[in-house]
Amino acid sequence: MIEIENVRKSFGTLEVLKGIDLTVQKGEVVTVIGGSGSGKSTLLTCINGLEPIDSGRILVDGTEVHAKATDLNRLRRKIGIVFQQFNAFPHLTVLENVMLAQVKVLKRPKAEAEAEAVKQLNHVGLGDKLAVYPSRLSGGQQQRMAIARALAMSPGYMLFDEVTSALDPQLVGEVLDTLRMLAREGMTMICVTHEMKFAREVSDRVAFFHKGVMAEIAPPDHLFGAPRDPELQKFLSATH
Amino acid sequence: MFDTALTSADFAFLARGAGVTILVTLIAVIAGTVLGIVFGVFRYQVGPLWAAPLTFVLDVFRSIPLLIQLVLANAFLGTILRLNLSGFTVACIILSLYTAAFCSEIVRGGIEAVPMTTRRAARSLGMSWGQDMWSIVLPLATRVALPSWIGLALGVMKDSALVYIVQVTELLKSTQILITRLQEPLLLLLICGAFYFVISFPLARLGGYLEKRWSHD
Repeated sequence: MIEIENVRKSFGTLEVLKGIDLTVQKGEVVTVIGGSGSGKSTLLTCINGLEPIDSGRILVDGTEVHAKATDLNRLRRKIGIVFQQFNAFPHLTVLENVMLAQVKVLKRPKAEAEAEAVKQLNHVGLGDKLAVYPSRLSGGQQQRMAIARALAMSPGYMLFDEVTSALDPQLVGEVLDTLRMLAREGMTMICVTHEMKFAREVSDRVAFFHKGVMAEIAPPDHLFGAPRDPELQKFLSATH
Repeated sequence: MFDTALTSADFAFLARGAGVTILVTLIAVIAGTVLGIVFGVFRYQVGPLWAAPLTFVLDVFRSIPLLIQLVLANAFLGTILRLNLSGFTVACIILSLYTAAFCSEIVRGGIEAVPMTTRRAARSLGMSWGQDMWSIVLPLATRVALPSWIGLALGVMKDSALVYIVQVTELLKSTQILITRLQEPLLLLLICGAFYFVISFPLARLGGYLEKRWSHD
């Protein structure tokens, strides 16, 4: 379970998170929508401790992320994150990309790490690209590799930060299909996205962020069908 | 085709000089690179403000002509600190620091060329700072830094000719000694140049080879 309690975060004088409360249950899929600068991506990087917070707290399976005593490297094994940029390790093959952290962080034997990497790469449809370097992959393939790399760590949670925003339109579908598959398999996910149709399909709940505040959160039918927040109404009519 | 007084003993004398040049260069480049990596990583990690004193010292080594550094260091270490160091040792120390000063810039530039987003991805997989440095930053920064580093190593090899000033008889000094005795400057300089080329060539080729090997990414 991820528990976010009254989290505040500023960059200089700009407060990007103004007291966010959100609890995500095991097996739940929560998507976060909202305009740019609404703080939704920042929230994800706070959850895995890449960004410090100013106040409030975030608990992952009861461990406080920003507590001094917390071993972030250990905690991050539980939380996979995929970013907007593809972030392939360009000097490693696709297979090595997915093996590296398993060997270094989880101390898995090479053979085991390789088997897991092959399994995850097959899972995301890259089973025929094992020996290829990332520069030879399309954006969609690189993004699916990044998903496999995160999944190979056997995380309990997956965070997706606008993973289709940097993709050519014709490549968006293949990545969203991968996310749909994960959602079906019961992965606990928080997805920041601009893909409204996707959000409507996969989410248990959809959260709308506006200027650092979570203005509304509801199951997709409610949120898209009968939005109450006036900013959300504006946002939805602009994106349709 | 032409007469020369150059004997095989003279040739061996030149080869010994070349050996000294290679040895001084090897020591300076290895020690300077290790120090340069330490300094470069330190400067990158702590930021420009905290690194300012170190940066200043390195700038001194980068800005003052090597010849002056060698003379001053020799005087300082020998006369003032009364350390009984050989000219060879002084030459190695100064040339190492001189190399480190340039190398630290190359290292810093190499690290900065690794995208922050790539490093964040590594850290978010649970990799520690050290693991990120070793498995991601080092290989990627090396690719960026290699051409400059090869250039530095070749430069140091040629600059090592200046260590004659602290009584180290390296290749160029050996050549000068023979020129004085044999009065055949053109032939001797030609041979000397050939020696330098033979020493440099493998290093330059190594650079080309590695760049080609890494060109897939």
